[in-house]
Parts: sequence; structure tokens; C-alpha cells
Amino acid sequence: MNGKAFFIDTTLCTGCRGCQIACKQWNQLPATKTENWGSYQNPKDLSFDTYKLIRFKEYPGPENTPVWYFFQDSCRHCVEPPCKETADDEVPGGIVIDSLSGAVLYTDKLKKANAQSITDACPFNIPRAQKETGYMAKCTMCVDRVNNGLLPACVKTCPTGAMQFGDRDKMVELANKRLAEVKARFPKAVVTGLDDLRLFHLLADAPEKYYQFASVERSPAIMDRQMALKKIGRSLRELSKEWNVLHKLAG
Amino acid sequence: MTNHWIDIRNSDCILIMGSNAAENHPISFKWVTEAMKSGGKLISVDPRFTRSSSKADFYTPLRSGTDIAFLGGMIKYILDNDKYFKEYVAEYTNASFLVSDSYSFHDGLFSGYDPATHKYDKNKWAFQKDADGIPKRDKTLLNPRCVFQLLKEHYSRYNLDKVSSVTGTPKEGLLKVYEMYSATGEKNKAGTIMYAMGWTQHTVGVQNIRCMAMIQLLLGNIGVAGGGVNALRGESNVQGSTDHCILFHIIPGYLKTPKASLPTLVDYNKKYTPVTHDPLSANWWGNYPKYSVSLLKSFFGEKATPTNDFGYSWLPKLDDGKNYSWLDLFDVMYRGAFTGFFAWGQNPACSGANANKTRQALTRLDWMVNVNIFPNETGSFWEGPGMDPRKIKTEVFFLPCAVSVEKEGSITNSGRWMQWRYMAAQPPGTARSDGDMMIDLFKKIRWLYKRDVKKGKKAAFPEPILNLKWDYTTKGMYDPHKVAKEINGYFQKDMTIKGKTFKKGDLVPSFAFLQADGSTSSGNWLYCNSYTGKGNMAARRKREKSGIGLNLEWSWCWPVNRRIIYNRASVDLYGKPWNMEHPVIKWDANANGGKGGWVGDVPDGGWPPMLKADGSLNPKTKYPFIMKPEGHGRIFGPGLADGPFPEYYEPLECPVEKNAFSSQLINPTAAVYSTSEDVYRSCDPRFPIVGTTYRVSEHWQTGVMTRWQPWLLEAMPQLFVEMSEELAKLKGIKNGEMVVVESARGKVKAVAIVTCRLHPFNIEGNLVHQVGLPYHYGWVHPKNGGDSANLLTPSTGDPNTRIPETKAFMVNVKKM
Repeated sequence: MNGKAFFIDTTLCTGCRGCQIACKQWNQLPATKTENWGSYQNPKDLSFDTYKLIRFKEYPGPENTPVWYFFQDSCRHCVEPPCKETADDEVPGGIVIDSLSGAVLYTDKLKKANAQSITDACPFNIPRAQKETGYMAKCTMCVDRVNNGLLPACVKTCPTGAMQFGDRDKMVELANKRLAEVKARFPKAVVTGLDDLRLFHLLADAPEKYYQFASVERSPAIMDRQMALKKIGRSLRELSKEWNVLHKLAG
Repeated sequence: MTNHWIDIRNSDCILIMGSNAAENHPISFKWVTEAMKSGGKLISVDPRFTRSSSKADFYTPLRSGTDIAFLGGMIKYILDNDKYFKEYVAEYTNASFLVSDSYSFHDGLFSGYDPATHKYDKNKWAFQKDADGIPKRDKTLLNPRCVFQLLKEHYSRYNLDKVSSVTGTPKEGLLKVYEMYSATGEKNKAGTIMYAMGWTQHTVGVQNIRCMAMIQLLLGNIGVAGGGVNALRGESNVQGSTDHCILFHIIPGYLKTPKASLPTLVDYNKKYTPVTHDPLSANWWGNYPKYSVSLLKSFFGEKATPTNDFGYSWLPKLDDGKNYSWLDLFDVMYRGAFTGFFAWGQNPACSGANANKTRQALTRLDWMVNVNIFPNETGSFWEGPGMDPRKIKTEVFFLPCAVSVEKEGSITNSGRWMQWRYMAAQPPGTARSDGDMMIDLFKKIRWLYKRDVKKGKKAAFPEPILNLKWDYTTKGMYDPHKVAKEINGYFQKDMTIKGKTFKKGDLVPSFAFLQADGSTSSGNWLYCNSYTGKGNMAARRKREKSGIGLNLEWSWCWPVNRRIIYNRASVDLYGKPWNMEHPVIKWDANANGGKGGWVGDVPDGGWPPMLKADGSLNPKTKYPFIMKPEGHGRIFGPGLADGPFPEYYEPLECPVEKNAFSSQLINPTAAVYSTSEDVYRSCDPRFPIVGTTYRVSEHWQTGVMTRWQPWLLEAMPQLFVEMSEELAKLKGIKNGEMVVVESARGKVKAVAIVTCRLHPFNIEGNLVHQVGLPYHYGWVHPKNGGDSANLLTPSTGDPNTRIPETKAFMVNVKKM
């Protein structure tokens, strides 16, 4: 498969927040007003001004040794993004896919969309709107950096190499290699997203222990009926376009 | 560090104790990660389960301040289970040395203690000497007066039961750590320790580190790749600041600040130049006069001559027996004895222990000059909480200064690597570099002295001011290259040494060429070799293609670019590396045209190995620990203020009435103070909870720089106190609730983080709770961010360094 992907090895992540801050800096996003709500995690959630968030979860763990999980939450840059499926009907050109990297990008046209429906379409609860204006924003895969041969800001900053980035096929290979390497220490380890995302998480434990939306089942069996209809509808439209072309060619 | 950052990747077992490396040195974790990828194990020992613990192979807790019990237990384990590296211990350490009969230890006190002065007479701890004045040895380690046997006896009390009962660490946890770590006693295994303020900021700080150094010597981990005793310094250039000795008791190059009782240079050099009678001991400090005289030549240039003791009498002298450390400085300031104060690039109102005492002390000043980049609690002390500006006479001058990236110069990191930095941006507005400010300040001071002398006024001791060599500007601006070159040093006349010829004004190639007769200058002998005829060594940026990470051509490190110090201990007596997979140096008999030489790192002295190929002693050799007069690593350390072996004492403020190890509850030589602000409450029901302070990744020190950075503040907005779920339940405190933490000295409001990563400790049958706070906040900004955790901490400190005991004290926590 073409394009790029992120591989995040949470077994190496120390939760330092370098990536969270680097994203703010590169995109010159404003800081939001926060309070300590009883956790190291802040801001509490993603927002129009926060594209990347480290989510902290802790559990008592076996033999009095707790576990502390750090989950790097940001847009997964789906290969077939449901947010785009929804937007294409309402606001064509509101969400586009960069042909080089595969980055899923929001344009200012998206302001005209129903923000809630875009967010609801996302299985990972990522897209956020600016209350006053309706513009929507999320991680851009630093496409401006990437298409100029640089790494995304978050990946560049990561001190332990927990964040990796590159050609999708290479990242799939790396993810599988690391999974094999950590299985002895973390028998429950899994990698998410290898089939249909451009951001893979290597998790030491069940995904729901990290975050509610760490991994989501997206098999066709439970695909939303509306989405399924939309997909069929689009396929028919595309098919009919081809028919028309063929007809024309056939004279 | 004896080793360096990259070398951590060579380690088989990394102990993170007394530090939180992933949290506070996040980049270092790159190397920890590399070590773990190669099969190295990570152990985390900490009162809380931290971000470092989250990555560890094994974690176990301990109560703040009980490290010597923990480590003493490890020493006992190593000895009981024969885990020590026998050949290394017998040959390279002073384990075989016989100690004189005047040394003894009884019930918490070493011989030589004077209860009136709270000081020890260290002469009681001397070694037995033979007729030649060389320490007597028993290499079989069986003589009851040898260090090894005395060590065994001393730590025989540190059994698992007692250690567990004092530290609160479960016995299985102790055993597991001891087992994992002592496996590095194998000759081809190396263990390393990453420690920081969690070990130093105690009344037993130096002894904490000594204990680990002894463990490393027992296991043969000093001088080898992946080993060493490695301090994680708390600022990017604090290593530089300690090397250039801006602390009161030392002058550049770790020379001693002269005392009033040493009126001449001869007296001074005699006092501080150690002597050895052993021809096999390099006794490198025997070169002391070369370094002290060269330093004086750098200070006073042409004005320093043999007839005036090279200007020795122009140096300020310390009064004997008086201490001028941070705690003492603010104590004296509190008592009103200071007129003025330069708070230069620091924030004492938040950083010093017992912050209320410091803040009160500041009100006694006539003037303060605060050099900083942002408004801070020190410069603004007069409008802080509880202050009435109308009653405060202090005039404060705020001088905005350039930040590090707005200046050219060097930074010396924890690994002793001096790295040159370029100016990346101009300072904004009227902000100026420290160097430029000092140039102007000194110019004016000198002008005032000259004017007074000219007018025939009685100027108070003008010589040091008028005779100081001061030519470090280019076009009127501070020139870091001129300073760096002066630090390296120059030949003061044409001369030939060791077959090489130099001209007056040439840069000295290394400290091996420095002289005691005034023919050389050097602003810091340790840095002699850093800026030479070959150029600015600190600016080099060539990576190695392969190897153990020494990177000999990337920047420059002291001494003479030796990356792993004491590396002569990394080989056996024939010069063959103990570990062939990660060799540091290796003797090549065919090198140097058959004369033989060392390959690898810069050897810790070019002398040949101890034994010749035929097994006979090589008379040209030297013992590996060249900085000690006996040439051996000190398991028995007779030079410290509080004893030659670390002994367990409770922190000054502690939760127990008795010390399980002896009748001596606290360090008998700890520093204490006696103003009305110096309150200490031990075993007091009003303050039953152990408190500690620490840092987080997102902020730095007192937060002077980071609290003004919106993205960092967003990630970590407020002062918090981490407490166990058990304590929260006891007090009815909910996660995220604002609470009050107080000590005998002050109180702060903090958000409660109720966590399963911290549990109460079972200490001698009683449940002892512990909490912790970061010390990054201050009242200046943000408005609801919280104030300094140092309002809680005690003004007491280590007797050797006077570093305050901010890591273990007693508090209480209350709902608001």
C-alpha cells in the first residue's frame, strides 16, 4: 500500500509529552486553560487547539506493582476514513486525502458541515470543531513537513524512538517485528490498525486498558447501515460513470 | 559521571534509584532503551511508581531517606553470596588495606567523635603504614583489620528483616533487586547506577553515593563500559559550573579555596598536595602546585610573579571552621549581615529549603540585583504573600538577560562533555548576555578603585581588583573564545618540555605540560587540552562509525578527552579487557614500534599494565585509581565528615523515635540552624506523614522559565500532591480536590492526585504514609498555580556538601 504511516511502540513510551508539545509548537496552536484534575494528563481531551494528547491510565497491577499506560491519541489517518465518507455527501472537498502521504486533511470548506456528524462518524472520536466558527481540525500528519522530506514534529521529538514514521509497508514490517520482540515480556501485546489505518499502536495489554477508543472493531459486519448504503451508492455512481465513459467510447 | 550518557547503552543492569531518569532526563532514556533492547535489565527503586518505573523490568518501593539501609543490605548480600569480583577487589580497591587500631565503630558512632563540636577527628581512621609509609595490605582479605573484614562486620547488621522494617520495602523486593544487580559482579557484566537529587538531597547525601560507589567497586563496575557511578545533573551546564567551581569551598579545577590559616602559597600548596611513598601510585593530585600556580597566572597575568607568591595574597580567604554554603549564606542574610545580593540566574525564594526563611532574609537586604529572563519570586519578593512593601527597604534592580541560545559558549553535560554552542538568536530588547554584564560591572568597579587610589583615598585592598587580568573582550563585547582559551592555558615564555618546543603565547596542549614555576597559565587545569593549537576541541562534531559509544571526536571531555575514567580498572593485570565485547582500553604490546601502548579510550595514564607478559611486576606501571594517594579505589573512605563507611541514620525529620540500626537517631554531624524560622519536628503527631519533593518532565527547577511557557503550563498547570489511595481514604480526600500540605515551617495548597502508584510503608510495625510534591511552582505566575514546595522543606543539610535535605521531611495533609 502506498503512502506513509506512524508506528507507536507504547512499550517504549515514557509519557514525557515531548510529542504533545512539539505538535503545539509546529502548528503554533494556542495553549488552552487547564486545571490539574487529579492526573498528569492535560488537556483533558482533544480539541480544535489540541491535535495530539497523551492519555494516562494507571492500574494496581500484579504483585503490588502498578502499571501506568501512556496512550498517544491523535487522528489515525484511516485508509478509508469514515469522516470523509460523511463529509463527501454534505461538503465535497471538505475532507481530502493527500495522494503522496495518504494524510487525511480537513479544509476550510468543512466549516459548512454538521460538525457533530463528522465527529460521530469517527470510530476514534477525533475530529473537533471550533465552537465560534465551525471550522474543524485534527492532526495533519505534518504533511507540510513530510512532503518536504522531514519527519512529523512529534516523531522527530520522541527521545526513546517510541514514535516511528515512514512508508506504510515498512512500518507494518517494523510493527510486526517489534510485536514478536516484546511478546516474551508482554504476552498480551497486540498491534492495532495494520489493516486499515496509517497509525499503528503496539500495546502491551488489551486496548481498552489504555483508552476507550484505543482500538475499534471495524469489520464490515458491524458497519453502520447508513455508511454501508453510502458506500454502495458511491460505488454505483462511480460504476455508472465508467459505464457512461464506456458507452461514449463505444460510440 | 565517571562514564557518560551514551555508555548507558552498554549496561547489563541499570539501577534507577535516587533519580527518575525517564521523567527528568527524558533524552537519557534513549540510551536506557538501547540497553534494554540489547537484553539489559532496568530496575526502579522509588517511594512512588514513576514514569521510569513504568518501563522497568522490576520495581520496588522504599521510604524516602532510607537508601543506606537498602544499599547496606545489598553490600551484605554481595559479601554473603560471594558476588564480588575477587581479583578486581583485591588488586584495585583498598579492600586489602589494614586499618589502624584507632578506628572503631560502636552503636552508630565512629571513633574520634567530639559531641561538643559535632565533628570527627579523621586521623583516627588512618591506615596502618609500613616502614616506607605505604599502607600495609593483606591481599588474601582475611586479616581482621583489613578493610574487607571491617566492611563485612559493619554491614553484618544490615540483614533483610531489619532493612525491610526500616525501608518498608518487602523482603522479596529487596532480594530480587540484590539478585539482579549483583549478577553484574561477573567480569563480563556491567551494572550502572543513574542517580540524582533523590540521593544527594539528604543529611546523608554523600554517604548514599559512597554506598553505591562501594557496591560498584565490589562488583568491578568502575572504569568499565556500561558501569560507573553516574550522576544525572539537574541543569544542562551545572557540571560546567561545578568544574569551574563557583561554590565557596573550591576554585577552578576542584582546587581548595585558601583558608586564612594558610598565609603563604607554600603553606597552601603543602596543605593540599598529597604525598605518596608508593612508586606504583601515580598520586595525580601530587601535581597540585602546577595547577594552583597556573590558575594564579590566569587570574593575575604578568602581575603574578614568584616574588609576590603569584598573587596568592590577593585571593580572598575563608575563615577556618566557618561554612559559607547556601544554607549558611541565607542564615547570615536572615540575621541581617548582608547589605547586597546578586541573585544571578536563580530563584532562591523558591529553590532554597525553608523558603519562608529565605524570603524573610531577602527583606533584610539594602539592595538586590536580580538577573533573570522573567519576573520571579526572588526579584518580586517584596510584593509576595505576607509581604508589606511599605516595611521593606530593599531596592531591587532587575536586569533582563539573554537565554542560553542567545549566547555563544560551552555547556558541560553530566558526562563531562564540553560542547560548544553557537548563538542562535539575538537577545530581545535590552536583554544582555551575562558575560557582557560582568564585563561592564567589573570595568566600573575597577574604575572606582583606580579613582580612589589616585585621589589618595584609603581604598580597601585594591590589589586584587587592580591586578586582575581582564582582557576577554573583542570590540568591547564579551568573547567566549578568549575565556575558553584562558581556561585552557598558555605558555608564558618560550620553553621546551618533554622534547617539545613552545613559544610564549602558545596554547598548552594538556595539563601534563603545566608547571609550578609561573611559566604556564591555566584557568582550569581539568580543561587544559580543550582549546589548543588544534583548535576548539569542544566544537568538534564527528561521530564514531563503530564502537562502544566513546565518540572521541565529538566535542571534548575532561580530563584530556578521557570518556570513561578509571579505565585502567577495566583490564586485568596484563592489560587485557575484563569484557572483550565492550573493551574500553586494551594493551597492544606491538604498538609504538614494539614498545607497547593502549588502544581505545584515552587511557587513565599511559603507563603499561601492572604485570609484564611473563607475570612479573612492571616497575613502570601505576595503580588504576590515580586520583587517590594510595592509587586504589576507596571501599573504606577516611576523608568524609561523617565516617569512612556509610551508616544508616534517619532523616533529621523522621517518623520513628528510634533508629533500628543504633542509638544514634540522626547523622551526628548534620548541619542545623537556629533562627526562629529554623523549626524541626520529628515524630510529632502534628506532622505524621513523610514528605518529599521532586520534578516532572514538563517543568524545570522552580519553573521560572517553564511556567511562562503556555504549552508546558497547559500540560502541567498546577501544584499537586501525590498521595496513596489509603491516605486519601483516611482523610476523606477525593482525587482532584484542593488540599493543604503543611510542615513545621510553612504550608501550601495543592491539588490531590490520589494514586495506586504510592502506598503507605510498614515501618517497624507501624503504617507510615508518604506524599510528594513537585517544586516547580511559585506565586508570581500563574495566579492559581500554587507556591513553592520549598515552603515546607527543612534548613538542614549534608555535613560534607551542605546540600539541603529536601527529599525527606515530615508534613501533614488536610482537606480545605
